[in-house]
Amino acid sequence: MKAIMLNPNDNVATAIVDIPAGSLLEVQVDGRVRTVRTVQDIPRGHKLALTVLRKGESVIKYGEVIGVTMNVIDEGEHVHVHNVASRRGRGDLVRKR
Amino acid sequence: MNTENLRFLGFRRLDGSVGLRNHVLVLPTSICSSGTAASISEKVSGAVALYNQCGCCQIGEDIKLTTKTLVGFGKNPNVAAVLVVALGCEEVTYQKVADEIAETKKPVELLVIQDVGGTAKTIERGVSIASRMAKEVSSVEREATRLSELVVALECGGSDWTSGVISNPIVGAMVDRLISAGGTAVFSETTEIIGAEHLLAKRTRNRQVAKKLLRAVARVERRVKQAGVDLREAQPTPGNIAGGLTTIEEKSLGAICKAGKQRLEDVLEYADEIPRTGGLFFMDTPGQDIESITGMVAGGAQMVVFTTGLGTPTGCPIAPVIKVTGNSETFRRMPNDIDLNFGALIQGRETIERAGARLAGELLKVASGKITKAEKSNHIEFAMYRLYPSV
Repeated sequence: MKAIMLNPNDNVATAIVDIPAGSLLEVQVDGRVRTVRTVQDIPRGHKLALTVLRKGESVIKYGEVIGVTMNVIDEGEHVHVHNVASRRGRGDLVRKR
Repeated sequence: MNTENLRFLGFRRLDGSVGLRNHVLVLPTSICSSGTAASISEKVSGAVALYNQCGCCQIGEDIKLTTKTLVGFGKNPNVAAVLVVALGCEEVTYQKVADEIAETKKPVELLVIQDVGGTAKTIERGVSIASRMAKEVSSVEREATRLSELVVALECGGSDWTSGVISNPIVGAMVDRLISAGGTAVFSETTEIIGAEHLLAKRTRNRQVAKKLLRAVARVERRVKQAGVDLREAQPTPGNIAGGLTTIEEKSLGAICKAGKQRLEDVLEYADEIPRTGGLFFMDTPGQDIESITGMVAGGAQMVVFTTGLGTPTGCPIAPVIKVTGNSETFRRMPNDIDLNFGALIQGRETIERAGARLAGELLKVASGKITKAEKSNHIEFAMYRLYPSV
């Protein structure tokens, strides 16, 4: 096992070891197995997309929304601060008066 | 395991509370007396000082909060006796601090540097008083105590992906056991429930508590928005991000796992007295670990369970801090700072439940006197939350 899914509704998995690009992974949750091939190196502890994510789509981990994608993310791609934004505490988006 | 019969060995105080440690606390009422207080405690075995950076040039609610926090430390059951050290001209009313702590019936004495005649004389008299106190309190013996006397503070710091997946859920399992056995747990860091508050609000004792919780979160989020920045500049921290955490929502969803699954009884203000009624409480504190721990210990928590992914040395002047990680690499790298490693759990070698039971066992040992790594290394980090800048 190289990556884990925490909730059946999640669209990302977490790498529990460093995973090189091109690895075929089996990710289990609730007795079901999903397969996904990494298209990039995924560092240990970082997330990868289990499916294609559209721009503006919610990223789900723990079965809850952890952020929103800033662009299209391919299946097996690294999901992190470069392509996911937080929806909370966004003072930068508050229009200056 | 029959949780009803669980006991630990603690020091029974005259006000009925039970301490896990038997400290003589040298308590400076302002930054100007902090150095003198440290000089006294260094010369007395059994004494400890906290380094107070506040106490003067504070306005309104801010000075009240500082006073409340100092009094809370003095009243904490882990403290057997208190020597208050004041400069004399500070804003904190030092006599009030001494008097309020004395309500617990523990020995309290006050030295005022400007009255005594300078620091040399204060240190000399302080050492003599603290030594006498240390000798007196050393005759108190531990006795078997029910878990209903125990208030455990929960903290996480230096989080990485393992925190929300391994160590926090294990602490959560431990907390569920503790509360089933009549104990009390408190968690904090309002910033670090942003994005997970809806889950906590669903399990509050009543709607008022849910409202209080949501108001506290809205307050901190409003402050970030007023600063005009993306919270991600500070939260998750650069280390959290390197460790795989992408957003505050993700960090928060992992952080709340340490609060287990029990009902949330109430939301407390910073340094408010934590009711020893059993059950789970939330304290509205900032996300800075030391300020958060200080608030909960001022509220009466006698020990801290601290999860970390990246590793942190944090301790507390008067409460044992048990450091727990789910990251085996971190445990190997920082062996003198972290007490327990549950990294093997990810390979399926232990369940969350079993690990939670193992942690509960360690908790009782530390409560009964087993020294933590932070205590061994003399980590006494202390910082108070401030409402306003100094004036």
